[in-house]
Amino acid sequence: MNKNSHLLLHIYMGAFLVYLLVPLLVMGGAAFNASKLPTIIPWKGWTDEWFIALWNDNRIWIAFRNTVLVALAVVAIAVPVGTAGAILVNSISGRVRSVIYGMMVAPILIPGVVIGISTLLFWNHFSIGSGLHLSVLGQVSYIASFVMLLVLARLQSFDAGLEEAALDLGATHAQVMRRILLPHLYPAIGAGAAISFFQSIENFNVTLFTRGGADTLTVYVFSKVRSGITPTINALALLLILFTLGAAVWYEVNRRRKESIELAREAEALRAEAAMR
Amino acid sequence: MQDLLRRYGAGLTWLCIGLTFFWLVMLVLLPNFTMLESSFRPYLAKVDEGGPLDFYSLGNYMKVFGNEVDFSVFGFVFQMPVRVKVFYLTIVYSALVTVITFVMAYPLAYYLAKIASPKSLPTLFLLLFVPLWVSEILRSFAWWIILAFKGPLNVVLMALGLIDTEIRWIAGFSPVVIGLVYTYVLFMVFPLYNSMQSLDSNQIEAAEDLGSSRWRTHWRVILPHAKPGIASGAVMVFMLSAGSLLVPSLLGSTTSGWFTQTIQGIMMDSQDWNTGAAFAFMLLLVCTIFVSLMMRVFGVKLSDIAK
Amino acid sequence: MGAGIELASVCCDFGKFRAVDHVNVNIEPGEFFSFLGPSGCGKTTILRMISGFIEPTEGVVRIGGKDMKGQRPNQRPTALIFQNLALFPLMPVWENIAFGLEVRGVDKAKRRARAEELLALVDLHGAADKMVSQLSGGQKQRVAIARALAVEPSVMLLDEPLSALDLKLRQHMRAELRAIQKRTGVTFIYITHDQGEALAMSDRVGVMSQGKLQQVATPREIYNRPANGFVASFVGENNILPGKVQNVSAGNAGFATPVGVFEARLVGEKSDPGLKLYVRPEHTILSPKAKAKNSVPVTIGDVSFEGSFIVVSAISENGTQLTAELRNDGSATVPAAGTKMHVSFDAANAAILPDTSAAGA
Repeated sequence: MNKNSHLLLHIYMGAFLVYLLVPLLVMGGAAFNASKLPTIIPWKGWTDEWFIALWNDNRIWIAFRNTVLVALAVVAIAVPVGTAGAILVNSISGRVRSVIYGMMVAPILIPGVVIGISTLLFWNHFSIGSGLHLSVLGQVSYIASFVMLLVLARLQSFDAGLEEAALDLGATHAQVMRRILLPHLYPAIGAGAAISFFQSIENFNVTLFTRGGADTLTVYVFSKVRSGITPTINALALLLILFTLGAAVWYEVNRRRKESIELAREAEALRAEAAMR
Repeated sequence: MQDLLRRYGAGLTWLCIGLTFFWLVMLVLLPNFTMLESSFRPYLAKVDEGGPLDFYSLGNYMKVFGNEVDFSVFGFVFQMPVRVKVFYLTIVYSALVTVITFVMAYPLAYYLAKIASPKSLPTLFLLLFVPLWVSEILRSFAWWIILAFKGPLNVVLMALGLIDTEIRWIAGFSPVVIGLVYTYVLFMVFPLYNSMQSLDSNQIEAAEDLGSSRWRTHWRVILPHAKPGIASGAVMVFMLSAGSLLVPSLLGSTTSGWFTQTIQGIMMDSQDWNTGAAFAFMLLLVCTIFVSLMMRVFGVKLSDIAK
Repeated sequence: MGAGIELASVCCDFGKFRAVDHVNVNIEPGEFFSFLGPSGCGKTTILRMISGFIEPTEGVVRIGGKDMKGQRPNQRPTALIFQNLALFPLMPVWENIAFGLEVRGVDKAKRRARAEELLALVDLHGAADKMVSQLSGGQKQRVAIARALAVEPSVMLLDEPLSALDLKLRQHMRAELRAIQKRTGVTFIYITHDQGEALAMSDRVGVMSQGKLQQVATPREIYNRPANGFVASFVGENNILPGKVQNVSAGNAGFATPVGVFEARLVGEKSDPGLKLYVRPEHTILSPKAKAKNSVPVTIGDVSFEGSFIVVSAISENGTQLTAELRNDGSATVPAAGTKMHVSFDAANAAILPDTSAAGA
């Protein structure tokens, strides 16, 4: 009986993975179909023309450059802001803490449309018109929340005694921050930077309302899908998927390597302990 | 504060406070206040701003009423303003998406938390994460291809003999729901998994040992334990669905208006930012109400949801 | 190169709670000084006031004759060894040791050389490039000591650094710490609740209770001439008999207890509250015949063999239990349970001490 239900769940897991991954395969496959419309059926033969078209499409390259610039700017602002927020909220307590914490988390739950419009209206007051700079500010407002949550989680495993030890050894406050606290936070800050980058690339809602006339990849793809589409988009999609997949695998391999090093160290400590007796 | 000063000195403390202030005040609070304030003012030509016509009113919000259309619930036909209808349907279908994703995610989260071997977990998670890293627009685009009239889904179904003629999938709300479910189901899986994982497996065994049926064990032991996860997943999926503009725009048809599309039309086509602000604020209000409702129903805190 | 430390009437309050209460002590340069007391007695607070993490509410802390008021931890000539050692987990051993030099702007080659030197001093050759997580508990201990020594402090503050180690290693590290202290000449201030540790290592010991310093003396004096009941019972075992002072003559007094009247040294005044008689088990003599003075007839109860000594419990006629300790060197015959014998002690080895908790009011 139990075995049967486990089997059902195993099958369900498999089916779910198929459900998740097949649409992506379909989309990727269409990039190689010689059909003028993006589809895999009917299959009109293998081609690489869409990749060549993609290479020659100037607007995509501009959109691509814009996307990367915006993402880098978002990382450059959201990471320090989110980290500072986490350090601040970690050092206060009581009611003030819950209010500030609530304000820091809330942007994740605000619809992107709302963030886009409010950012546009606010900066318009100072005669700062729409454009990618506003997209950056709008995106930072909620992406900083992700960074804050990641860094805060890491801060909770920090031993403040290390800071006291460093101060006692004569370090200045800045040295304590740079040599003791930040190195401890680096994994979270790195993860925060990666998430910020990908969130920014993905962003559509905030960007759509704040971008002015400029294109980013998502906005460009959106406009393409709505007005006559060619499988160039599929070629682009496939490249993006491969890129993210590569990044994911690299991250995972790195993580496992670090884990095994840490395990080896612990084993050595145990051996040293045993040798003392 | 005192703690911060002692640990990092005045300079770094003020840097932290300054950066946080910039974020919370300049990027979050003031923009939202500005939006709220603008939503009460009429849309005027530049010269009239600050003039006698520039006064606070609920005018922008009233624009939601107007353009009555037919609307039927269980066969009863009502007259309803078109924007109210869109607003209402957005909420209903977002809730539907939330329920569907929950039904799909629950067995999966249970499998991942309690049945899958720990060895296979990293690989499973890597596979689950792949679609999450592919941008929302590409995921909807994939379904746009699949659901096309002469697309793969119809061809496969016809080859299997399940249908005789092609189905026009891209019509009404179903493609929107399909797309939203596909795009956001993982936002339900992970919180559910997190909450179930912390449940001691012995409790499940104890319940079964005491003669509880499997359904009863789920209902009395696992489901209550997963409450924070359910709340967090439901909030995420609902907010993302109601706030989605991409999926309804790509997969929707003329008969499936989404409230975000209404807002977009007002902002971009009519360039009426004040009414846009009013409608955006209504969307924000609905989301806030939904979050508080979930927190009340499931008895969880904001910090549990944000995990 | 060690510096002297003076605590002048130092107090520290946490809200309404007075953690340290008018502590006065002069610690000599190059001394190994221990603060001994149960947990919560205020000894860690004293350490944190010397290192500068806490400012005293009242009183003055002087290091090398200089008032430390307003001096932050990174400006004081002290180095603290934390209870959990607080080694930096993300730095290799040598960077840990050289951290204090790094923040002082010493160049890398010099830092490295100094770290190697210190590793040799603490007998940890070849560990420079290891990570902290690769070390055993004892090795971490040595790194912590080396790290503190690297900044050439004139005062080293140690907060129960051995408490995480197992018994054997702890005993080994005691000797090691003592040797390092003698070699470097740095003033060591050591915090512990373990009397064995304090007595074995220190030049002088300060016994603390409830924020007050009860006695400052050499380990020998603390044990043999405790100033009050708290010190006597916190350090070592005792037979304790309540009673009343009868007559005083030349420092000794007659003391009437339920078991009988005994002569003993009177510490303090006849009028001190809560006076009791304290006799160490090893000063308690068992004999077949009654002695002329300070002698009680008893029946032998439980006899327990502890290895190097034997603990004999004896019960007097009114049911009071007395404990005697015999050395297992063949000089004493071990009595059998139920034997009738006499317990006695020298007046010089017994003390009538005031009870501080009663006096503290």
